[in-house]
Amino acid sequence: MFTNNTEVMAAALGPGPMVPAVFRVQRTKKETSDTFTMELLPEEGPQEFAFAPGQFNMLYAFGVGEVPISISGDPARRSVVVHTTRDVGPVTSALRRLKPGEGLGIRGPYGTGWPAAEARGADVVIAAGGIGLAPLRPVLYQILAARQHYGKVVLLYGTRTPADILFRRELEQWRSRFDLEVCVTVDRAVGSWAGMVGVVTKLIPRAPFDPHSTIAMICGPEVMMRFTVQELEGRGVATENIYVSLERNMKCAVSFCGHCQFGPAFVCKDGPVFRYDRIQPLMAVREV
Amino acid sequence: METLESILMEHPFFAGMKPEHLALVAGCAANVRFNAGEFIIREGGVANEFYLVRHGKVAIEIHVPQSGPVTIQTLGPGEILGWSWLITPYKWRFDGRAQELTRAVVLDGKCLREKLEKDHDLGYEFLKRFAQIVTERLESTRLQLLNVYEQH
Repeated sequence: MFTNNTEVMAAALGPGPMVPAVFRVQRTKKETSDTFTMELLPEEGPQEFAFAPGQFNMLYAFGVGEVPISISGDPARRSVVVHTTRDVGPVTSALRRLKPGEGLGIRGPYGTGWPAAEARGADVVIAAGGIGLAPLRPVLYQILAARQHYGKVVLLYGTRTPADILFRRELEQWRSRFDLEVCVTVDRAVGSWAGMVGVVTKLIPRAPFDPHSTIAMICGPEVMMRFTVQELEGRGVATENIYVSLERNMKCAVSFCGHCQFGPAFVCKDGPVFRYDRIQPLMAVREV
Repeated sequence: METLESILMEHPFFAGMKPEHLALVAGCAANVRFNAGEFIIREGGVANEFYLVRHGKVAIEIHVPQSGPVTIQTLGPGEILGWSWLITPYKWRFDGRAQELTRAVVLDGKCLREKLEKDHDLGYEFLKRFAQIVTERLESTRLQLLNVYEQH
């Protein structure tokens, strides 16, 4: 039932699936008060790192621990590995403290990717909530690089407040394009914010796409994704054309340990990107 | 020429409404425009109208002492501003301010209330449509209250 239907563009790095390769921080950029982007280069010198947008790596802060983090960079820029994450625990906090030149371990890339190939010829709706924009950014790069192969492309992005908006400069650049519809909304705003206020699902009813020929890709908090799916279904988008990226407790990333088991699937191997109709029954099971 | 009736007919709020009902409603309608920054409704004021936003953007705000106005929602073309005209004591609960040049159709709530009392079919039609809007806004508010991005 759960097959990896996305072509994985490269084999895992390193000598074995559990052995990390050492990478060094090239630079770290602060995105928001608690979110940062790291650009990483392999210690062994220049080499290509290929991945499918939507895939993740296991990042190992030496002596602290390992966490799964989605890749947020441009898949065409293979010389550097880019990750955007929030400082939410000891490992991400240790990663944030790394200075240029300092090392960390990487295993990956793992998991399934977004259906960029399947979406060719169709309209594309990319709906992101909060830091969920990071795992979606690579597929947007990929689509924009082959823009002529897609119909309308719509990016819907919701976050807490204007201060929490990720990739602000890029969003502004994307908004200035004539071939991309970008709608940003925040849950609440004070001061000079002149943009939209309201939940991201509210953007769907008036977004310009043909629901009968649309592939939707959603990443964000699970509650946000559920309600986004409902709105998309309300517009007439079929659930087999909706893809979501799930987050579970991924430890080994190669389906050995079972920590990320989601019904009969393992999120690390069969996901994190799932076609919604294939997991819909499980989304309603509270114990899963 | 664009008549008020044709404008109402094109607005999503009135989609599918019977022509005879639309004709009754149009008798209570007028075109209005607001400049950026202009208040359309003020908290505590008498709510005797509501607005169909046609162009522009309206912020629903609440004034918080020491913080100033907090925007809790924005409304755009195709959306409705105000339902307090339908519910006693007919007082606005929030401020509504044009964030940019905004064009709307204003509907006289007193005029409408009288028509809805006389024509219960029209009254039920209005209540169904407003119930839909209130439900959507309640759902949105619940999601905002969950603060889902905080935990993600």
